[in-house]
Amino acid sequence: MKEKTARFKAVDILLLCLMVLPILVGIALKVLLIPAADGIEITGAHIFFTLKLPLWDLPITEAQVNSWLVMCSALFLCLYLTHGITAGVKTRRQGVAEWIVEKTEGLVDENMGDYFKSFGPFIAAILCLSAFSSLVTLVGLYPPTSDINIVGGWAILVFILITYYKMKCGPWHYVKSFAEPVAFLLPLNLVGEIATPVSMAFRHYGNVLSGSIIATLVAAGLQGVSHMVLAWLPGKLAEFPLLQIGLPAILSAYFDVFSGCLQAFIFAMLTMLYVAGAFSPEDYEKRKAKKKAKKAKAQ
Amino acid sequence: MLELAIGIILGCCALGAGVAMIAGIGPGIGEGNAVAKACEAIGRQPESRGQVTTTMLMGCAVAETTGLYALVIAILLLFVAPGRFVDILMQFIG
Repeated sequence: MKEKTARFKAVDILLLCLMVLPILVGIALKVLLIPAADGIEITGAHIFFTLKLPLWDLPITEAQVNSWLVMCSALFLCLYLTHGITAGVKTRRQGVAEWIVEKTEGLVDENMGDYFKSFGPFIAAILCLSAFSSLVTLVGLYPPTSDINIVGGWAILVFILITYYKMKCGPWHYVKSFAEPVAFLLPLNLVGEIATPVSMAFRHYGNVLSGSIIATLVAAGLQGVSHMVLAWLPGKLAEFPLLQIGLPAILSAYFDVFSGCLQAFIFAMLTMLYVAGAFSPEDYEKRKAKKKAKKAKAQ
Repeated sequence: MLELAIGIILGCCALGAGVAMIAGIGPGIGEGNAVAKACEAIGRQPESRGQVTTTMLMGCAVAETTGLYALVIAILLLFVAPGRFVDILMQFIG
């Protein structure tokens, strides 16, 4: 193995710093701009400031800022993992990067078929963004995924993809697909089409938001109970948060880590299934052949 | 009089949220069934454990949707609706 040069190491450290920096910026923004609440408070994302746009005002919320910070952090994580990657020599870092790529490509292959082989990076991006967005609660930041606007945006993106792949077999084919198997099912099919992105957005956002609400309520409840238990102690000792040590962490392990990662996986999985289900290679081949025949006839 | 009206609004919002969450029964039973069947399947064919688990999680996620709709409605009723309704009442009174 080749000896690492000083420059390589410097770039490494720079990338690591840039990876941690967005999270620190998020914490600093939270500490500086959001007034500390006394007692429990369940609110949506705080609005940092409002941009005046010609058509309507654009509020810049905590959720948006945090989601951009997560994106920056994930970008530098990827750059760090792939820094100094080579064909032969294996380092631990390269192993991790290759494992991620192999796993997602295997997942895409298994669920989407041959035609969608190029979807690996997109699915990996969804997985990583969604998982890290839910995991930022671990450092006390507002999770972007518990804001319907962020998750709704992803769901609309997926909806556009689905429609694009449905349109691939021709616009007429797309319109006709709503009147199948029988024509009078048209309104139901339309509702079902719109329900896809709505249910995807609600599923992800509802799970993360309900988790954070339950965690807040439990923390507040424990605060009350420990006040009651320690009420006989004099002075400041009565306010010692005895029961709040450790117990909320168990809830957090379930709601933040397990549920967050599971929802990311489910969102990516549903994206794959819906996109793959929207497109049938046979119909596409048929249409291609028809077009070719028409062209040959015209000449 | 106004206090009574606002009290009724708040109380009914809270009641509505509670009633909406009755929908949690459905996904609970459904997911329980799904997990039970998955356990049986793994018991029969332990080698297909990975695939069964993945499919079960997907099915659970889809079955959960109705419960989550109810949850969203309950959250809206608790945190958004009271303010809106009181605003409407104030406008009505003038």
